[in-house]
This record gives sequence, structure tokens and C-alpha cells, in this order.
Amino acid sequence: MTQVLLFNVFNGLIVGAFYALMALGLSLILNLSGVINFAHGGFLAIGGYLAYTLMPYVGFWGGLLLAPILTAAIGLVVERFLIRSLYGRDPLYSLLLTFGLAYIIEDGTRYIWGAQSLPYQIPAMLSSPLSTNYFFLTGYRLFMVALVAVAVGLLFFILKYTRLGVRIRAGTLDLETVSVLGVNVRILRNLNFGLGIFLAGLAGVLAAGMLGLQPTVGSSLIMPSFVAIIVGGLGSLPGTLLGGLLIGVASGITTVFFPSATEAVMYIMMGVVLLVRPRGLLGEEGRF
Amino acid sequence: MDTLNKQTANIVVWALLLAMPFWIKLLGGYTELCTQVLVFALAAMALNFLLGFTGVLSFGHAAYFGLGAYGVAMTIKYLEPSTPLALLVGVLVGTAAAAVIGWLIVNLRGVYFAMVTIAFGQVFYFITFRWNNVTGGDDGLTGWARVPINLGFTTLDILHNPTMFYYFVLVVFAIAVGIMAFLLRSPFGRTLLAIRENERRARFLGIPVERHIWLSFVISCLFVSLAGGLYALLNNFVDPRALRWDMSGNFVIIAVLGGMRSFWGPLIGAAIFVVLQDYVSSMTENWMSFLGLFFVLIVLFFPRGVLGIIRRKVTS
Amino acid sequence: MSLLRAENVTKKFGNLVAVDNVSMTVEPGELRAVIGPNGAGKTTFFNTISGFLTQTSGKIIFDNEDISGLLPARRVWRGITRTFQITEVFPELSVRENLRIAVEVASGYKLRIWQSADNESEVKARVVDLLEMGGLSDKADRLVGEMSHGDQRATEIMMALALKPRLLLLDEPTAGMGDQETYDTTQLIRRLHRDQKLTIVLIEHDMRVVFHLADRIMVLAEGKMLAEGTPKEIADNEAVQAAYLGKAAA
Repeated sequence: MTQVLLFNVFNGLIVGAFYALMALGLSLILNLSGVINFAHGGFLAIGGYLAYTLMPYVGFWGGLLLAPILTAAIGLVVERFLIRSLYGRDPLYSLLLTFGLAYIIEDGTRYIWGAQSLPYQIPAMLSSPLSTNYFFLTGYRLFMVALVAVAVGLLFFILKYTRLGVRIRAGTLDLETVSVLGVNVRILRNLNFGLGIFLAGLAGVLAAGMLGLQPTVGSSLIMPSFVAIIVGGLGSLPGTLLGGLLIGVASGITTVFFPSATEAVMYIMMGVVLLVRPRGLLGEEGRF
Repeated sequence: MDTLNKQTANIVVWALLLAMPFWIKLLGGYTELCTQVLVFALAAMALNFLLGFTGVLSFGHAAYFGLGAYGVAMTIKYLEPSTPLALLVGVLVGTAAAAVIGWLIVNLRGVYFAMVTIAFGQVFYFITFRWNNVTGGDDGLTGWARVPINLGFTTLDILHNPTMFYYFVLVVFAIAVGIMAFLLRSPFGRTLLAIRENERRARFLGIPVERHIWLSFVISCLFVSLAGGLYALLNNFVDPRALRWDMSGNFVIIAVLGGMRSFWGPLIGAAIFVVLQDYVSSMTENWMSFLGLFFVLIVLFFPRGVLGIIRRKVTS
Repeated sequence: MSLLRAENVTKKFGNLVAVDNVSMTVEPGELRAVIGPNGAGKTTFFNTISGFLTQTSGKIIFDNEDISGLLPARRVWRGITRTFQITEVFPELSVRENLRIAVEVASGYKLRIWQSADNESEVKARVVDLLEMGGLSDKADRLVGEMSHGDQRATEIMMALALKPRLLLLDEPTAGMGDQETYDTTQLIRRLHRDQKLTIVLIEHDMRVVFHLADRIMVLAEGKMLAEGTPKEIADNEAVQAAYLGKAAA
């Protein structure tokens, strides 16, 4: 019993780390620019597919490094030409736009790479279990958690210690003041968006190794990101991280006792949070 | 003079709607297409009650649409083969859900409100997907059909006669739309406008903003679930896709396309959207890309919608 | 019996003390001005009275009732209405529609889905009255968002008036206005004070307006009350002069 529980909690942690990675990108964009990037799942898919295409040339590790960067580049272009014009307006429009983008990306990936699932090769050294007792501790899973931890750590480092990061944080609190202080807000938003998309692309590459590649992978993963943000707290990146992990672990535990409720539990958590603490666990007051 | 224009517009609209099954054939259409226009128009107008007139963005309206649809389907299949009863159940279920969820989220605003409505939309999608022994899961609920209505002196065969069904839907549409118009023209409706225009000022006039937003949300979802019920009847079928975020997105784009600030805007949007979608999906497999492109183009170039543009031309 | 009593009101934002132990008593029918340099805490003080913010400590007593914890909407129902530094109106509606909404809410019609012909004509009559009072009759059907600043402000004041308030709070009513508009707005306020016998508390920077209208003046500086008295007393008060007025005004 403990084995099963441990397995599922660990699994849940991995899944949660993954959700957190995706949600963090979404949260970054939401907090600074007020844009709900519905196409975030699409960028995740692009990340995975790009890695797949690049693999014959640069291998697994090359793909892991290059694909998120390329995806982020696409993100920068999208922000510059499509989303930028919508900032002053009702959030309705940016949501509709990213919505449309999500459709285009999903259909586009289907067109380019086909509708069937594509297998994604991970290096042999990562796929073997590390111990016979804890068979579920495959190298790849641990690697994923480690990579997410590194990425998240880097993200918080960037936010805390680099100039860009400080500006992003300041901008999240008060964009007007930041612009008055001479910071080029347009570039800031652009780079912030790129950063968020980088995380989505990275999540896509990791997802490919675990789930394989399908055009619909993005849309199926975007909902947990939303819930992670709502649960963890609006406007708070640590909250989003916490939210993602909590959702993952909760669904892991639920699988043991109520397997059919696994997906439902994150929505139940969302409902409870909204009831008891509408701004989220670590959310700031007045954010909405 | 403005009232005269409105009255003329109303007459034109109703005349067109009454005659639609006839002139649509001249354009190469068919009766079911007309009914589809009405269903989507009702859904989008219901959404617009909240979006265009109260200024609140819900991106999860498909949930209540779908609840209405499933309510109808399950009533006819499991409970009692009666179309009016089915519609009633569908509306009750959708409205009850809206009342509860609305109460939970009424303190949120802007993007966060929209996000939460999307999330809740998915909750119901997920339920219909999983509860497959009752709802038919991903395959949808089949084995039922709309039931002819027995009025005592005659029976309306809405099942086999698509034109008869169209006029049935038109009557329901007329009643629903009439009620919405009535509400919007009342003092209550004006408080909703106030909330849209300036929430702070509305609050400082003494308007209980949260309560009114909740009411607007519930009313909006009531009519959207009615539309969902009609949708199920139209297709004699319902599946989880009726509840998905893409259906929600369709409602919003229809309202924006036609013009959010005007009452009939969403009707025009629905007509364009339904016809376009029918045409494009018969032409190509990549209709999804076209749909996405459609969204993007409207947002970038056409945000005020058809009626918004016409209104501009008239005032200038 | 005083209409409004703010007792030892303090408002802190974290460590920043915006309002520090300020007390104010306003008698019915009085026109009180609150002045002070920028950042003195005037608007914050207003916000605690109108319910926009909750004070950290202290009490607000209106007509002998402790309203300290009441939400803004409820204070409106009790008879306190306000205007804002940045005019808050309904920009895409006409003046007439703006006023109509205010009148309907004041008459208790906010949840009404049906209005009798009598009610409607009552509302219409009242709107016409307000339009005249505010000098807006000839602009009644223009969109408020497209009007001059002065007219927008007049609309806002008339909306506040539509609610039949017992206390009207005006936050810098002449902010951003030129001389003519300032004059017109001042005259409007004076008319309202005199004809409607309204109790008014206003925040102002323009000293001409203050000395023209006020019965009593309260001076705030750095969150604390510096002085309180008649216009003459304040003008003669050296501390006030030093902190704020400068020698020219005396």
C-alpha cells in the first residue's frame, strides 16, 4: 500500500512540477501584461514538435536546448505583431486573439506533422529505473523533476537579481511608474512574453518525452495551468508554483483512493479556494 | 427619430426571420441552417446580455449551453418523451448551476473572472465526458429525438418537419429575446449599463454591484441554456463538445462580430458565422485554421463588429 | 447635533501613516473645506468617510449612527454621496441617461423590471429639474464622455445630488479647470449649498474657491490636522501660512 501511495505521490509531484512549469509561463505573461495566453498550450506543442524535428540533427540534448529558444523566438514575433496592439484594450480582445492563435497552431501542427501520435526518443540512459525497489524512479522522471527545478530556480534568479527580472517584477506591480522611470515598456512586455513562451516550449519538450507528440497535447494541458494559477494565487509566481505542485500531488493521491476522480480533484480544489480564499493561497489582495 | 430607426430595424429583422426558410433556399441553404442561426443567435444574445450590456466577460458560457442540451436529451431519453418538459429541465439545470457558480465568482473581475469561467466550463465538460454510462461519454447521447408536440387540437410534428421545427424555435426565440429586451429597457437594465460604463460610479450611486452582476449572470445563463436545449433538439444528439471552451469562444466571437453594443448584433454575427462555418467546413479539412484566422482578423481589424461599423458611418 | 463626526481617524498603509488622528465635526447646512499641501491625506480622509477605504482606527459617526464599518453602497443609502478627483460618470451614455440612472436608483427602482407611467413621468420630471440646476439643459442628449471637463463635473455633481444626499463630499471639484469653468463650478456649488441647504465638505487646492465658499476650513498637513476655523482665522494663522499658503494669500 505504501508502495502504491509513494508511487502515486511521486508521480503526482512530477506531474505537478510539470504543470507548474507551464503555469509559471502563463502567469508571467498574465501578471505583467494582463493577457490570458490561451495559445500557451499551442506553444508547448510547438516546443515538442520542434525538438522532434531537430533531433536527427542535434540529438536529444540539442533539441532540449534549442527547441525552447526557437519557440520563444516565435513567441517574440507573435507578441510584437499580434498582441502588442491589444494592450490598452479590453482583455476580451487579447483572449479572443490567443484563442484564435490556439486554433491556428493546433491545426498547423496537424498539417505539418500529421495527426497521429509521434514517438519521441529519449536517451537510453534516462529511461531505465534507478533501483529495483523503487521501480517508478526512472531516470527520465527524475531528470524531468530536476530540470524543472533548475528552470524554476533560474527563473526566480532572473527575476530577483537581473535587471530584466527586477523590471518585470516592478512592472507587474505598477507598469505606469516603471515606464515613467524610463524603462521601455514595449520591450519589457516583449521579453517577458518570450520568457513565458520559453517555459512553455521547455515544458513541451519534456512532455514529448513522457507523453509522445500529438497536435492536441497543448489544449489538454492548458486547463491545469489555469487551475494552478487560480489555486496558487493571482499575481503570485510562488503561488503558481505551489498551485501546480499541489494539484499534481492531490491528483496523485486521489488516484490511489478514487481513481475516477483524479481529474476532478483539481477543480474541486479550485472551487474550495474560491469559496474560502478567492484571491488564492498566496495571492495578493486587490489584484482583481 | 432614434426610436423610429429602432422600430424599423425591428420590423426588418422579424420580417427576415419569418421568411428565412424561403429566402435561404435562394442562397443555396437549407432549413436546418436557419434553425442553427437562431440557436446560435440566442446563445450569443444571451451571452451579450452579460458581456455587451453589463460589461462582464464570461468565456465559459458553453457549460450552461451544454447543461441545457444534456438536460433536454436526458429528459427525453430517460424521463419522459416531452419536448416542453425537456426544455424546462434543461433550463432549470443550466440556471441552477449558473446561480451557484455565479455566487462563487462574483467578487472577481476582468481577466481573472474570465479565467475562472473558463475553468468552470471545463468542469462540466469533464463531467459529461466521464459519466459516460449516463451521458454517453465522448460518443455523446443518442437514441432519442425531439418529440412532436401535442397541443390537444393538433400535433406539431417538429420531428419530421424541419420547417415546422424552425417556426417552433422561432417562437421560443421571440419569447426569449422579448424578455431580454424588456429587462434591458427597465430600470434594472439601466443599472447594468451603469455597471458596464463605470463600476465605481455605479457603486457610489448605491447600486449593489455584486448582486446585480450575479443577476445578470444568471439571466444570461438561463437563456444560454435554453439555446443549448434547442441545439440538442435540432441535432437529436448531444456530446461533450457542446460544453467545450471552443463553443464558448464561438459565442464570444459571434457577439463581437455582430457588434457587442447593439441588441441585434449577435444575431447578425450568428448568421454570418453559421453560414461561413457551414461553407468552409464543406470546402476544406483545415477549417480550424480558418476559424482561428477568423478570430484573429476580427480582433485586429473588426473589433466593433458589423453593427458597430454601420453605427459609425451613420453618426459621422 | 452635528451631522458628521469623524473621531480620531487614522489610516495606515503598512508603515505609512496617511491620516493621523484626525477629527472633524460638521454641522448640518455647513460648507466645510479641507485644504492642505499635496500628500496631506485629504483624499484618504475622504475615502474613509465615504467608505472607499476602511480606517485603521477611529470612528465615523453620521447622524448619530456609527457607520465606521459600512460598505460604500450602504453609506450612500444613508445619505452620503461623493464626487471623485477624476470625474466618475458613465461616458458612453448621455447626460440625461446618466441622471436618469441616478434618479431611478435613488427612488429605489434599481431592481425594478417594470415602471409605471406615473413613476416614469416622476423620474423624467426630476431629471429635467437636475438638468436645469446644473445648467445642462441644452446639452442633455450629448454623450458625457465627449463634453468639456466642467460639464462632466457638473453632471457628476448632479448625479450625486440626484440621490438626495444629506452630506455631499466633493473631492477637488475644480481640479484641472480653467478660470471660467472654475467660476461656473464654484457658482454651482454655492447655489446648491444655498438653495438646497446641503451640507457640503469639499477638498480644494484653489484658494479662491475655498475662501469664496467655505463656512469653516480644516487644514491637513502630513496626515495631521494643522488648524481649523473660519476662513479669517485660517488666513491669519501663521502655522498654516508657513506650511502652505505662503505670504501672498494673507
